[in-house]
Amino acid sequence: MTTTKRAHVHDRYGWRAWLGGFFSSSIGLKWLMALTGIGLLLYLVAHLIGNLKIFFGVDPVTGAYEIDLYSEALRTLGGHLVPKGSVLLLFRIGLSLMFIIHIGSAVALTRRNLAARGKGRYDATRHYAAANYASRTMRMSGTIVLLFVLFHVADLTLGYANPDFVYGAVHDNMVASLSRPIVALFYMAANVALAFHIYHGAWSLFQSIGTVNPKYNSLRRYFAVSFAAFILLGNLSIPLAIWTGWVS
Amino acid sequence: MNLSLKIWRQASPDAPGGFKTYEARNVSPEASFLEMLDELNERLNSEGEEPIAFDHDCREGICGMCGVMINGNPHGPQDGTATCQLHMRKFSDGDSITIEPWRATALPVIRDLVVDRTAFDRIIEAGGYISVNTGAAPDANIIAIPKEAAEASMDAASCIGCAACVAACPNSAANLFAAAKISHLSLLPQGQPERWSRVVAMVETMEEYFGSCTNHGECETACPKNISIDFIAMMNRDFIKAQFKNFVRIGQ
Ligand code: FES
Repeated sequence: MTTTKRAHVHDRYGWRAWLGGFFSSSIGLKWLMALTGIGLLLYLVAHLIGNLKIFFGVDPVTGAYEIDLYSEALRTLGGHLVPKGSVLLLFRIGLSLMFIIHIGSAVALTRRNLAARGKGRYDATRHYAAANYASRTMRMSGTIVLLFVLFHVADLTLGYANPDFVYGAVHDNMVASLSRPIVALFYMAANVALAFHIYHGAWSLFQSIGTVNPKYNSLRRYFAVSFAAFILLGNLSIPLAIWTGWVS
Repeated sequence: MNLSLKIWRQASPDAPGGFKTYEARNVSPEASFLEMLDELNERLNSEGEEPIAFDHDCREGICGMCGVMINGNPHGPQDGTATCQLHMRKFSDGDSITIEPWRATALPVIRDLVVDRTAFDRIIEAGGYISVNTGAAPDANIIAIPKEAAEASMDAASCIGCAACVAACPNSAANLFAAAKISHLSLLPQGQPERWSRVVAMVETMEEYFGSCTNHGECETACPKNISIDFIAMMNRDFIKAQFKNFVRIGQ
């Protein structure tokens, strides 16, 4: 009778080996998930702050919608120093990489975890005492968020999912898209999933990168709750405002 | 009190295994959980049935041999208590209790409720030691140790290696065990020479057998010694530091 060694160890001698043992280890992958998670959380804040410009209406000087000016500012980041749109492109590449690394690590870890768990299941219902709904549904909420992001990009960045899409007319595009009740509902549902995801993530990342101290450990929960709530309320306000016709 | 026990029976590692229900009569509330099983085994013996195999040794909560899933709770319903220290007064007359072995790929069932924890030994072998000078025993307290470090180290060292953390973890991760074993040495001056090679060796060995931590915190609540997941964070911190420290060490 032998204890089974698991297959993923052999990864260390495969293509991942050039990255060194660190990134093929589960703890290394958790580091990657935490660091890309931090990047994506910061992005969420920036994205939300930008989008709240929808509530600012029209700029009195230019007569253009504030949010259209915001999108123009994103495209002209770096001013005349760089080709137009290049800084934005770099951001998009960085963002995509963070997504890919975050999801890739999650997939690798999930496979290892399922293998480690094996086929044995407890017959009695496990009484989870510490794990919460958010932590146990990370894979599901993450998948919902991924599908949402794909739709969101097709809808408001590329315009495929929005028949009335006009390049650069951000305000009109948002109103056109979110006036469709089914789309507004989908946005709101996805943001609830996102809130659960980042509630666990914003707490969990401190563990993964080893930031503990009995003095402020409890603050990590407060941070996670307030962060998730801030993003959730901010993101919900936009589809709600458009759906109800407050912004049009 | 009278209880109905639904117990996992498995004749050998490769046998299929299944649940069997036993009625336990007149169980004393004073009995420990293992004593209750002892009594049942006596009866099974006299009835000519194979007694239920379960691991145990010290029966005072310090060896880590005992440990079963009781109604979906590792080590049963009482917080910070190993199975041998759990008493039947925690249950009431007429209860039905499901008793199962730990479940994880790296903890295969040997027989009934007994699992093979060799994987834990492998983790310890990889780095759970310190280098000491041979010769006469040094005077006690000759090395000054900050109080906080000594206490944190003692907390970590209370790990009895029962594997409840793995059993409780939805990912079957052994991070709490490994972190405790790493921390109780790396927090002390005596543990410094191997600190950075230890964390890498023990983590890599751990990952050969077990899943990865997704920070549910289940292990902490399951732990009969209430070891904190703070140690897991410390291990994560040391693991990345070790990448640099070991790199520098190779170059010196
Ligand atoms: S028998 Fe030693 S800890 Fe329970």
